[in-house]
Amino acid sequence: MTTAFLGMPLPTAPRGVGMLRGDEPFPQAARRALGDAQLRRNLGKATGTIRARRAAVVGELGDDWERLREAGAAIKDDVLANLDRYLLQLEEQVSARSGTVHWARDANEANRIVLDLVRATGATEVVKVKSMATQEIGLNEALAEAGIAAWETDLAELIVQLGHDRPSHILVPAIHRNRAEIREIFLREMGAPGNGGGVPAPPDLSDDPRELAMAARRHLRDRFLRARVAISGANFAVAETGTLAVVESEGNGRMCLTLPDTLITVMGLEKIVPTWRDLEVFLQLLPRSSTGERMNPYTSLWTGVTDGDGPREFHLVLLDNGRTATLADPAGRAALRCIRCSACLNVCPVYERAGGHAYGSVYPGPIGAVLSPQLTGVADNPTLPYASTLCGACLEVCPVAIDIPSMLVHLRTKVVDAGRRGARPPKPEAMVMAAAGWAMAKPGRWRRALRAARLGRLLGRRRGVIRHAPPPLAAWTSARDLPLPPTEPFRDRWSRTRGHQQGSGS
Amino acid sequence: MRVGLFVTCLVDGMFPNVGEATVALLERLGHEVDVPLAQTCCGQMHINTGYAREALPLLRRHVAAFAGYDAVVAPSASCVGSVRHQYVGVAQGAGDAALAQAAAELAGRTYELSEFLVDVCELTDVGASFPHRVTYHPTCHSLRMLRLGDAPLRLLRAVRGIDLVELEPAAAASCCGFGGTFALKNADTSTAMLADKMRDVLATRAEVVTSADSSCLMHIGGGLSRLRTGVRAVHLAEILAGTASDPAGEPVAGAAAGSVSGGPR
Repeated sequence: MTTAFLGMPLPTAPRGVGMLRGDEPFPQAARRALGDAQLRRNLGKATGTIRARRAAVVGELGDDWERLREAGAAIKDDVLANLDRYLLQLEEQVSARSGTVHWARDANEANRIVLDLVRATGATEVVKVKSMATQEIGLNEALAEAGIAAWETDLAELIVQLGHDRPSHILVPAIHRNRAEIREIFLREMGAPGNGGGVPAPPDLSDDPRELAMAARRHLRDRFLRARVAISGANFAVAETGTLAVVESEGNGRMCLTLPDTLITVMGLEKIVPTWRDLEVFLQLLPRSSTGERMNPYTSLWTGVTDGDGPREFHLVLLDNGRTATLADPAGRAALRCIRCSACLNVCPVYERAGGHAYGSVYPGPIGAVLSPQLTGVADNPTLPYASTLCGACLEVCPVAIDIPSMLVHLRTKVVDAGRRGARPPKPEAMVMAAAGWAMAKPGRWRRALRAARLGRLLGRRRGVIRHAPPPLAAWTSARDLPLPPTEPFRDRWSRTRGHQQGSGS
Repeated sequence: MRVGLFVTCLVDGMFPNVGEATVALLERLGHEVDVPLAQTCCGQMHINTGYAREALPLLRRHVAAFAGYDAVVAPSASCVGSVRHQYVGVAQGAGDAALAQAAAELAGRTYELSEFLVDVCELTDVGASFPHRVTYHPTCHSLRMLRLGDAPLRLLRAVRGIDLVELEPAAAASCCGFGGTFALKNADTSTAMLADKMRDVLATRAEVVTSADSSCLMHIGGGLSRLRTGVRAVHLAEILAGTASDPAGEPVAGAAAGSVSGGPR
């Protein structure tokens, strides 16, 4: 960390591995999602429900909630400001309790480390606890290439995996699926030949949530009892004792964290909290923000290796993958406060319509729009900072008070500034913006520009409104009428009627 | 109080009736209103699209144009939000400490119209009359950036003859999908959001939808006009400026269009 501010471009998440970049720009990806009526219905229903639940459990804390948010933000800022110290403290504590710490510069390094560790055990399959970090680096794909099967055990993650699908939400990866679709997937895939001898779903399976959960339970129980290696992420790592924490709802995490001989945890290096007292703050902030519960059903904490209890081998992989680069930007680093609660997704009007896949990254929604472009560098995700109306709903609910709207604007500036370098000729948008800036630079020019806009009246002379405007306003009139420009701009009218007053300006 | 009208570029160029209504209202309440014609645009569009460099001269111009007024009032929560919450950051980003200081000073005396009326003048009844069924859309920047709370609603409730039908809380808090250049860059998503907002507005059976921002109204009104719903978009200032003897005018065409006003004659 001591070398972080030398002005050298810091390495970002590498291309060709993991899931931080989409195949197409956000507007195009969103357009396809918007055409899917089932998807829009599923998303609207799910986000609406969880939004109301969160509001209720946050509301009951009254003013305490604001104090908790402030504490959460302050603790994370301290961690980020002193990350070098806390990381070494964590390594020391984990090592002292017979765990092994590995440092991974990026996705490729992390995948290689995990693959080598799994190979060393001789296992050909692993069970997985739901983890954003391993999705980010494409670990399952890397393991599959080496012939190792990675079984997801979180119910929603299982649905995504069985459906050969991609997660579309941080907390509820299968939020885009409804019960009927899930039933279809279970019936078709659980016992399929390519699914490693998985226990099939009962043929008379209905779409009742309880029946679906029981089918998943039977399917997974077999995997848990067979597995020798488990791979997890971590919600928190307590630096003072080297303790790792996973919070979850289903108990599948507890099974993975306790049954296998070997446990490998891949963790973004910003997940640290300094002390157990700090953990207390986040164990209140996280469940209320994410599932809308006062407390999550399962909180698993483990410290190194304990004889005769749980895994006999524990490896912690600390992942950078663009985080140091993110940390180096004072206006962007607060994104690393994120505790992956997904409250910002659930309130985002853009996410609610476009869905998670449109963001092209494992981190969708408002936090994804500020995190993904920073991890990859803005050049690789230039449309994400624009995937927002800056409505501010995300900032309002963020449990660690990340000012996502301001950060989006900051990243837009980085996108534009990156585009200035080497763009010959400049992009049409840049030319429009430059022209507008020129016209607005002097009141005389501005007055002439407004008068010239009267020509626009010709476009709507028959209907009294403009139905079809030329580019760039064609995108406006695709769905909205445009009023006719007035015959006299405000300033002309003011000058004519109040010309005797001062205020004529320069 | 000597008030400088921060007319905003959109009202200046597209909705002069909103500017005139704001002047009429403030003068009726006894304020001396001046319009410094040195103003052009606050620069918000440039800032929010990523063109901070192009915005900088606009910031300088705006800060200089409004030096010396006791209060600067704008019929836009969004533009006031830019002055109050973005200016200092942009100035600092450009390394202009003097501009940052002047911007901070200006931010302290710049107000959105309803905020000025309710918080500064401590008025809720401004003597307006508007005998129509109206619903109010709280724009995101009035709700979450300026935190105007129910100030616009308190003003509307005191209007003579008004039949005010509020949106459901969840519907009211939801963004209309305008978002500045978002409406062009992400036109499909913007339209999907607009569709839901129009559905909520139509559910109130109001004849008029109002709000504190002409920009969002141009978007909502443009959609309502395209669908020939007959629901008009009218800025809050126009409703508050209308009196029994001088009612707020009917727009000449379309939901949000209009070049005549109920302002001063």
